[in-house]
Amino acid sequence: MSGTNSDLTEQVLRTSGVNVRKCMRCGKCSGTCPSYGEMEYHPHQFVYMVEKGEIDALMKSSYRCLSCMACVERCPRGVEPLKLIEAVRLMVVRQQGQNHLKADQIPGLLDEELPQQAIVSAFRKYSK
Amino acid sequence: MKEGQTIMIFSYYPGCTLKTKAKDLDRYARKSAEYLGVTLEELPEWQCCGASYPMARDEIATKLSSVRALMSAKELDHDLVTVCSACHNVIKQVNNDMKNGGNTAKKVNNYLNPEVEYNGETNVIHYLEMLRDKIGFDVLSKAVRKPFAGKKIAAYYGCMLLRPGKVMQMDNPENPTIMEDFIRAIGGDPVIYPYRNECCGGYITLEDNCIAEKVSGKVLSSAQENGAELILTACPLCLYNLTKCGPENKIPVYYFTELLAEALGVKNEGGAENVGNEQ
Amino acid sequence: MQKIGVFVCHCGTNIAGTVDVRAVAEALKNEPGVAFSTDYQYMCSEAGQNIIKNAIRDNHLTGAVICSCSPRMHEATFRKTAVSAGLNPYMLEIANIREQCSWIHKDTAAATEKAIILGKAAVAKVNLNSPLTAGESPVSKRALVIGGGIAGIQTALDIAEAGFKVDIVEKSPTIGGKMAQLDKTFPTLDCAACILTPKMVEAAQHENITIYSYSEVAEVKGFVGNFSVKIKRKARYVKEDVCTGCGACTEKCPQKKVPNEFNLGMNKRSAIYIPFAQAVPKVAAIDPDYCTMLKTGKCGICSKVCTAKAIDYTQQDEYIEEKYGAIVAATGYNPISLEKFDEFAYSQSPDVVTSLEYERLMNAAGPTNGTLLRPSDGTHPHTIVFVQCVGSRDISGCGKPYCSKICCMYTAKHAMLTREKYPDTEVYVFYIDVRTPGKNFDEFYRRAVEDYDVHYIKGMVGKVAPSADGKLMVQASDLIADEQLHIAADMVVLAAAIEPDKSARPLATMLTASMDTNDFFTEAHPKLRPVESPTAGIFLSGTCQGPKDIPETVSQAGAAAVKVIGLLAKDKLTCNPCVAHSDELLCNGCSSCEKVCPYGAISYSDKEFKMPDRTIAIRRTASVNAAVCQGCGACTVACPSGAMDLNGFSNRQIMAEVDAICR
Repeated sequence: MSGTNSDLTEQVLRTSGVNVRKCMRCGKCSGTCPSYGEMEYHPHQFVYMVEKGEIDALMKSSYRCLSCMACVERCPRGVEPLKLIEAVRLMVVRQQGQNHLKADQIPGLLDEELPQQAIVSAFRKYSK
Repeated sequence: MKEGQTIMIFSYYPGCTLKTKAKDLDRYARKSAEYLGVTLEELPEWQCCGASYPMARDEIATKLSSVRALMSAKELDHDLVTVCSACHNVIKQVNNDMKNGGNTAKKVNNYLNPEVEYNGETNVIHYLEMLRDKIGFDVLSKAVRKPFAGKKIAAYYGCMLLRPGKVMQMDNPENPTIMEDFIRAIGGDPVIYPYRNECCGGYITLEDNCIAEKVSGKVLSSAQENGAELILTACPLCLYNLTKCGPENKIPVYYFTELLAEALGVKNEGGAENVGNEQ
Repeated sequence: MQKIGVFVCHCGTNIAGTVDVRAVAEALKNEPGVAFSTDYQYMCSEAGQNIIKNAIRDNHLTGAVICSCSPRMHEATFRKTAVSAGLNPYMLEIANIREQCSWIHKDTAAATEKAIILGKAAVAKVNLNSPLTAGESPVSKRALVIGGGIAGIQTALDIAEAGFKVDIVEKSPTIGGKMAQLDKTFPTLDCAACILTPKMVEAAQHENITIYSYSEVAEVKGFVGNFSVKIKRKARYVKEDVCTGCGACTEKCPQKKVPNEFNLGMNKRSAIYIPFAQAVPKVAAIDPDYCTMLKTGKCGICSKVCTAKAIDYTQQDEYIEEKYGAIVAATGYNPISLEKFDEFAYSQSPDVVTSLEYERLMNAAGPTNGTLLRPSDGTHPHTIVFVQCVGSRDISGCGKPYCSKICCMYTAKHAMLTREKYPDTEVYVFYIDVRTPGKNFDEFYRRAVEDYDVHYIKGMVGKVAPSADGKLMVQASDLIADEQLHIAADMVVLAAAIEPDKSARPLATMLTASMDTNDFFTEAHPKLRPVESPTAGIFLSGTCQGPKDIPETVSQAGAAAVKVIGLLAKDKLTCNPCVAHSDELLCNGCSSCEKVCPYGAISYSDKEFKMPDRTIAIRRTASVNAAVCQGCGACTVACPSGAMDLNGFSNRQIMAEVDAICR
């Protein structure tokens, strides 16, 4: 499934349902992102990268998004950058053996009070 | 139980975390509901909702357990009440998909092949909405036996209850009041602080708890510097993140149902300790 | 039998490129009633029109068909040509073989065939045309301007200077509008009040202008040239002709806790008040929601201190009716409410303000007397962050989809004035684009950046978090540096979008003027007719038609005034003769036509009829007011007995066209 970049772009756009052309490059998504400092590519950048078709680079580095939906809520154009991140993650994890989070990693990450809600949502967002 | 109060019945979806690591959130929700004349009928059969809503348009299988819960509630002809913020977010968004009748709705109905198609008929409400809209905060405040007498309580919404605003429709996502009204109803003095609707870090705590610490830390400092004595929340993961992080003399974090039960005077049955409205 | 001339236009290659115009002229020559047929390159040109005129005279034509562009383009032109050749202008029809044929088809054979059919239909109609004479209606030589801001004032002044009487209706107690609240105006940095107040005084003193302040339009009836308007003059509880504006009442009034709307609620005023020192008219008004005397019957202090004896607690709302020939809408704008934008903490901190509030804070007559102080604690702000586009260019549903046009310039102005007055204050402006299209506008903004050291950052503020020590923690993106910035600001100024005043929509309904989905009045043509509403006799001035700055507003105000003057200068207006009429012998008095008429042009009356048996019967029949009727034809369709018909578009004529097409 690691097709050409334009295949991937098309898949990302189709899976996410996002119209990247609505973006007016205002930067409010990046302005509001709580995880900005941890990310390699920031929300305003990944919208542009999807438009230009640089999905490869994004596939390696999309795991610091918290799925908090601040960018979705505050974007004045209704672009929903979070949907692009999740679509890119799916491009990775839908390939065999490419889960970002694997089951055997879990025991090492647990502690007594951790609610399984955390494990389930991490699996949802990082794996298939 | 007040005399002459009509008994309201709702279907109840606790979610897996409320049955295991967050039993308090569930227990106090039920006790308080009972006291207020509300029966929460747990759905006869339910599975884990998945704890986060998959945004991709072609994700169908991951939404099925939510749809099953919704269909069950529809059959029982009751509104569906959830307590955990994450479950509420997932189930409400899935219900919205089913209402829109798009690709997802069609595929889900095709796969589950129910006798009657499900088209988002069930009304999904959060426990707080039940208190506000079905019972009324004024009725609640009259039922309170042990008010929190001016204790400075900060509400922590997290991101799941309010976003995306167009679907969740619980309150103004940037300036909500429902939890503060709840705090007032139980006698507390609500503290407004700017990070009450910002993320605690969520699932990233599993892989990289530094990030969770940073963002949760911001929430806690913000509440603390505005004078909060304690924080209440509706989400087990938020409670976990906030409790694990923050400055040294950090303030305690509780489930809102625990404070509700205490205010109504139904908490101590069973020997549970008070949070401290009796100084 | 008619003698009809057919004139087929090439319209350069617009028509001739797709339609074989010679073939059309040839084919139509053989139609019944056609005595002459020709083609020419540009029928609307002088040469072309001469061909038509000569043909009419030489062949004694009784009717003409022009196969050309849309009648909306040149029907009026060709009708004038007919008149100058001695032919009644309503004996001329246009067959639209451009917009409805050559411009939309590619296949020449099919297009030519269609053009011939369209021509045949027009010929069939002209065969049944009768000469019509346009009626006339009088013009009331008085104009009404609704709204007393700079747009309304300028329009009124221009109309008055041309010698016509004008009334200004303004809903607040004084004229002046938003411009009276401004401090300095871009790009010249003139003091707004200094340039506005002379105009306000001129309007008050002009012999042709009457100002109805604290008044609203209650009802509008009639049509162009003959509007009948009811104006509600709200009770001020002060006699306008007696009050001297001395202000003693405002000083002595004990109720001093009323939020002052002129300062956007940032300070208080008294229950009896004069909005600002330069108010026109300078007459006090009592706010009935806060006056102790009006609410409880106890007080009366203002009445005791008034040396002119102008206070009258028994005053009632008054209604006056007046006739006008033209009405100008100049209702202005307001900044939007920011309740959906609390990521910027507008509701949570008094130090987060809108640009209009900032304007008042900078103004010498404002709540802090011109010293820039933080509203929360009255201290001097050392760091100010300006946020552009709050609620503009927003399609998420929280704001407005359009650009509000004035904010880039006024923010540059605020930034520059702040830096000039307080060189120790750091100023940041977060922008998406900087839009400076006017004369000297870009130079103005560059001065702010280059000479006054304003930090312009391309990016957007994501969150403003008030911290407990009183600072505002601003979190924003800097797209060019690819960084997320955290600035501890003392004040945050939001450039809120602007929207039309809320009174505009009900007014549009009263005037039957069209409005777009953003509540701006629609103009008759966005490029060629920007100051007229499609409804005849209604004109538009100022921001009620679209966001604009003061230079554009004054230009547009003048343009609207010219259109009004052009209308009022006429003694009579020619009516459209293509109006409905009812055959009273067929009318059964059912009222269907009266109910569907959108213009109120049909009325019923009892008439006496001589019956065949020599008795007299009284029957209720319809009659159409030809001056009001716009010829829409709704009544003709609704009439069950076929009594109603439309001159120039009769049922017979329409059927003849259909038959010609189907042949």
